Amino acid sequence: MNIHEYQGKEILRKYGVTVPNGKVAFSVEEAVEAAKELGTDVVVVKAQIHAGGRGKAGGVKVAKSLEEVREYASELLGKTLVTHQTGPEGKEVKRLLIEEGCDIKKEYYVGFVVDRATSRVVLMASEEGGTEIEEVAAKTPEKIFKEYIDPAVGLQPFQARRIAFNINIPKELVGQAVKFMLGLYQVFVEKDCSIAEINPLVVTGDGKVMALDAKLNFDSNALYRQKDVLEYRDLDEENPKEIEASKYDLSYIALDGNIGCMVNGAGLAMATMDIIKYYGGEPANFLDVGGGATAEKVTEAFKIILSDENVKGIFVNIFGGIMKCDVIAQGVVEATKQVGLTIPLVVRLEGTNVELGKKILEESGLNITSAESMADGAQKIVSLVK
Amino acid sequence: MSVFINKDTKVIVQGITGSTALFHTKQMLEYGTKIVGGTSPGKGGQEVEGVPVFNTVEEAVKQTGANASVIYVPAPFAADAIMEAVDAELDLVICITEHIPVLDMVKVKRYMEGKKTRLIGPNCPGVITPGECKIGIMPGYIHTKGHVGVVSRSGTLTYEAVHQLSQAGIGQSTAVGIGGDPVNGTNFIDVLKAFNEDPETYAVIMIGEIGGTAEEEAAEWIKANMTKPVVGFIGGQTAPPGKRMGHAGAIISGGKGTAAEKIKKMNECGIKVADTPSVIGETLISVLKEKGLYEKCKTH
Repeated sequence: MNIHEYQGKEILRKYGVTVPNGKVAFSVEEAVEAAKELGTDVVVVKAQIHAGGRGKAGGVKVAKSLEEVREYASELLGKTLVTHQTGPEGKEVKRLLIEEGCDIKKEYYVGFVVDRATSRVVLMASEEGGTEIEEVAAKTPEKIFKEYIDPAVGLQPFQARRIAFNINIPKELVGQAVKFMLGLYQVFVEKDCSIAEINPLVVTGDGKVMALDAKLNFDSNALYRQKDVLEYRDLDEENPKEIEASKYDLSYIALDGNIGCMVNGAGLAMATMDIIKYYGGEPANFLDVGGGATAEKVTEAFKIILSDENVKGIFVNIFGGIMKCDVIAQGVVEATKQVGLTIPLVVRLEGTNVELGKKILEESGLNITSAESMADGAQKIVSLVK
Repeated sequence: MSVFINKDTKVIVQGITGSTALFHTKQMLEYGTKIVGGTSPGKGGQEVEGVPVFNTVEEAVKQTGANASVIYVPAPFAADAIMEAVDAELDLVICITEHIPVLDMVKVKRYMEGKKTRLIGPNCPGVITPGECKIGIMPGYIHTKGHVGVVSRSGTLTYEAVHQLSQAGIGQSTAVGIGGDPVNGTNFIDVLKAFNEDPETYAVIMIGEIGGTAEEEAAEWIKANMTKPVVGFIGGQTAPPGKRMGHAGAIISGGKGTAAEKIKKMNECGIKVADTPSVIGETLISVLKEKGLYEKCKTH
């Protein structure tokens, strides 16, 4: 789960990690009011959307007066920002962070992630702040320093100190930088982050080390024990169909194509998208109904697929292991009756009770094309939607 | 022969009184797996499906002589269950549970350092040695005994591959699901090593997916060490970056972990990669024929 920058900074503040003073604003008036309260000569107006690259897309403005704050806030609120992470449709700005401007001497990068190869949390840092860390990794990998953290004892001060010296933090500020990294590590482990990235971390003219930006992502499997984090969820930032699917414990991701897919198992669901593409079609979604799908879940899955107006045909690909094919077939028939299917439907069933499942589909009298294999099904649906 | 489990493996089921666990305990018993006990704190002394229930893993092991366990307990308690099994010095722990917080698994891995137990999973279908022992949730009947090892990050894709093999008369030595989580107990290389050393395994199918670099590392290892042919498949060739595709570990982030990179590396290391999931079996058969192993692998 993602949260906004201002929310991330709220969390950081609670852990003693220094961030600039600032306030969220949902309207132009609130923005001006927030700037007045800050009382600094320079105020930064930052668009709050769940995507990186806001600066380059014109979503961050430096205001030198309250008039300018008003001007920029009116310009940004309601505007659709297109960044390299939003996709071409962009994201509408509904919230702003009004923040004190600061005198930046130098920008750095600091981030925590879980490293799969070592099964440890890793602290990564670089003196090339402000640019994408992937870019630094590709161009100048020697400028990225890493510390692997033993979960039994957590990040140790010597590790943070080594990082601070390695990325050339001015020596009189190393103590502050160490405190910053230790605090950020506490946030990471106590809040079940999957990413905690500060880019840039800045050293200011008045000798402070602070987080100018904050990107916190959270492990969705741990949200059951992070109630306060869950309150930061912004449904405006999520796809409505994905929200609907999550209510029924269906794993759904919207894509750009026109062939709706319903599959059991994440691996098979991905492979189904791949095979549709292989035969010249475009999948409209990833959808894993899970191992214990019921007729009701199948019906809901159908409704979600059909609510995508780009969908011109549906491919159901089921390998019944524990999940029985006859249950799926019943679900498909039930759903088709309920939603009044008018587009082509290809069903491939394999596995437990497959004959029974096929029989149910045949006897339903519905216009369902059955497929003998995954490849056969993919080819059939691709030709039917053309 | 086989890897990890065989007809002598004695299994306890952790969380045996839950509905999923009960269902699968029955299925495993029907397959012939030696389920010798189960645990459910506070329910010790009961019996389910003819299997004695204990309060703790330690007690279950002491009373039954079990050397393996399978875990079905809910995600918030699963890390604790794994550590309990490790503490009881079982040889093998297979964790089926999905949605375990990744930082819990980071702690589990640290706890396991220096201990003897092998963990498979979490978020996996389990392990099956056809005709001998099935531990997990896979449908037993699609498997046939034979000489092809299967290792995979995905459950249903494993079934797909196994089914294709069985249909074509090619049996399997052991099929291992290592799970779809970013931090897991056993990786591709661990399983490949075991298959390489198993005299009854003649060839291997490795099924990967987007996210991480485990497939690339495995490919390098295969090139340097594997004496048996390996055929592969990678799911998620059309997955968009930055989106988690069902499995917690299946995500392309920062441009890393794409299917294209993995396939390229596998090809470079001499692994033939199936173009579509429909031809995993065919691809293996073509390689078996090339290497003169087809007749030896054909079971009927």
